Amino acid sequence: MGQALERIAVPMLALLASAALFGLLLAIYQRVDPLEAFALMYQGAFGSWFSFQNTLSRAAPLILTALCTALPARLGLVIIGNEGALVVGGVAAAAAGIAAGSAPPLVVQLAMAIAAMIAGGAWIALAGGLRQFRGVNETISSLLLTYIAIALMNHFVEGPLRDPSSLNKPSTWPIGDANMIGPIPGTDVHWGLVYGIVACLICYVVQRFTTWGFAMQVIGGNPKTARMMGLDVRRYVLLACAAGGAAAGLAGMVEVAAVHGKANASLAVGYGYAGILVSFLARHHPLAIVPVAILLGGLSASGGLLQRRLDLPDAAVVVLQGIIFVAILASETLYGRLGRKAEAR
Amino acid sequence: MDSGIGLWGVPLAMLAGAIRVSTPFIFVSLGECLTERSGRINLGLEGTLMMGAMSAYGTSLASGSPWLGVLVAALVGVLLGALHAGICQLPRVNDIATGIGLMLFGTGLAFFLGKPYIQPKAPNLGAIEFGWWSSVPQVRQALQVNHLFVVGILLAFALAWALKNTRWGLIVRLAGESVDAALAIGASVGRVRLVATAVGGGFAGIGGAFLSLYYPGSWNEGLSSGQGLMAVALVIFARWEPVRCLWASLLFGAAGAISPALQSIGVTQGYYLFSAAPYVLTLALMIATCSPERSLRGAPGELGAVR
Repeated sequence: MGQALERIAVPMLALLASAALFGLLLAIYQRVDPLEAFALMYQGAFGSWFSFQNTLSRAAPLILTALCTALPARLGLVIIGNEGALVVGGVAAAAAGIAAGSAPPLVVQLAMAIAAMIAGGAWIALAGGLRQFRGVNETISSLLLTYIAIALMNHFVEGPLRDPSSLNKPSTWPIGDANMIGPIPGTDVHWGLVYGIVACLICYVVQRFTTWGFAMQVIGGNPKTARMMGLDVRRYVLLACAAGGAAAGLAGMVEVAAVHGKANASLAVGYGYAGILVSFLARHHPLAIVPVAILLGGLSASGGLLQRRLDLPDAAVVVLQGIIFVAILASETLYGRLGRKAEAR
Repeated sequence: MDSGIGLWGVPLAMLAGAIRVSTPFIFVSLGECLTERSGRINLGLEGTLMMGAMSAYGTSLASGSPWLGVLVAALVGVLLGALHAGICQLPRVNDIATGIGLMLFGTGLAFFLGKPYIQPKAPNLGAIEFGWWSSVPQVRQALQVNHLFVVGILLAFALAWALKNTRWGLIVRLAGESVDAALAIGASVGRVRLVATAVGGGFAGIGGAFLSLYYPGSWNEGLSSGQGLMAVALVIFARWEPVRCLWASLLFGAAGAISPALQSIGVTQGYYLFSAAPYVLTLALMIATCSPERSLRGAPGELGAVR
């Protein structure tokens, strides 16, 4: 019982500590009443149906990019190239959408999703493969791949795929209104949210109930045992990385096909980096990712309101994310200690 | 642009780039080198670099003295390094993940606090003119060298010497090679790593000051695009030797200068592809250096993460 309580109590403690630190920063540096700021954040994230829908729309890419860290983490790999996989996925989706242009919308959408998942999957599988076959640190290589992905995006958006009429913000040709994936009926939230939740459910079922999932757990626990059991560690690493990358690539497709209608620099606005945080906060558990992503989606949705009402810089949300990240990691040390202290009392 | 040196402009601009662009690489990689030699990895130096750049610019703007800015940047770097070390010292905290967290925290905080500094122009660090003998303006421009570049070179040799020859260097290396051995001679591994990580952070802060106060010489949110991270990769390539870090930094600086250099002679095709050159180079060097079978020659024994 104590353990279950601890799993809730420790992250809560870390979140409270982060909120206190952030409030202190606001009060001292920006001379803003922290309580007012927190009230506004709640209002901007969950205060009305309108803002909650905004939150959910932002949670969708976070859910998908979080899987990019969470799935390889199961095998003990720390992948942080989520942003890169999202970007290549978005560009691949736009390219596929433009190429398939006049086909029936469903075919175009399917082509976009497949192209995005292949591109994102290959991107992260590259980092996993380099780790397995060449011993290259996957954390560093995946982040380097992100910078390469953004350079590639700029190349395509400014060059081969550029729509000449996009002057202020270079973009690819639009994929066409008919090919957009619309909102979930009765809401303004796009279908990306459903993709994300379904992806998390699939990952959970595979991890929990299949031999694959069990094999991955063994590899994550002890690769040597796994090799002795005759498991092909390399194959599972490639598979997990490709699946994670495919999820992040799909996030890019959703951003293109449900939000922007074309690929441009708006793809790289930090959903990938926030996805790393979501995965760590959820302790890489697929089902925990959904609520955590909604929480952080709310945080990013409230950024605009904070900026307008309190004149806070837009980076305020990023700072809070950073504080939460560090606090959550530091709080790892509390596990197994809270209970002991309570008993001692 | 055309003053008769034509295509020679490319290698010249790359030389100039090697001198200019490499300085932050030198400082960050030396800082990371010191930290890793003590047996800890700090992936958060990208954040430290940004915080250093922001605080140096802000200080220079407020006080009018860029060198005071460099000092403040170093102090901020020391604080962030100490924070990283302090958190990692807690039991069961992963230093790789903490580094990622501090990277995001540092860049976010730098954007947040640096908002007012985007417009105003702060006094910059000057340069030493080594090109006085030449009448070609490009050559003169290429040989404008900032003091920090010279300091960085000296620092690389000093660090190499200190690690090899001083009592302090021995203890740092011992903490990195074998905790048991360090404990046996009565050194506190935690304290050694705290100091090494804090000083390493200080170096990275100075690297950031160079970015905002000399080249490119202004503060904005796109100031560092992965230099801090590339410097971490570079330490692996340099096999944890400070002097090799210096050469590798120069190489990276030259690679980073390829795309502006090509643009300056009128090659604009594939500008963005060439801008990926430093990252591709980093990746290629890591692939060439690393090996799946054996741990790397020169790798500190206690450094589990970088295999």
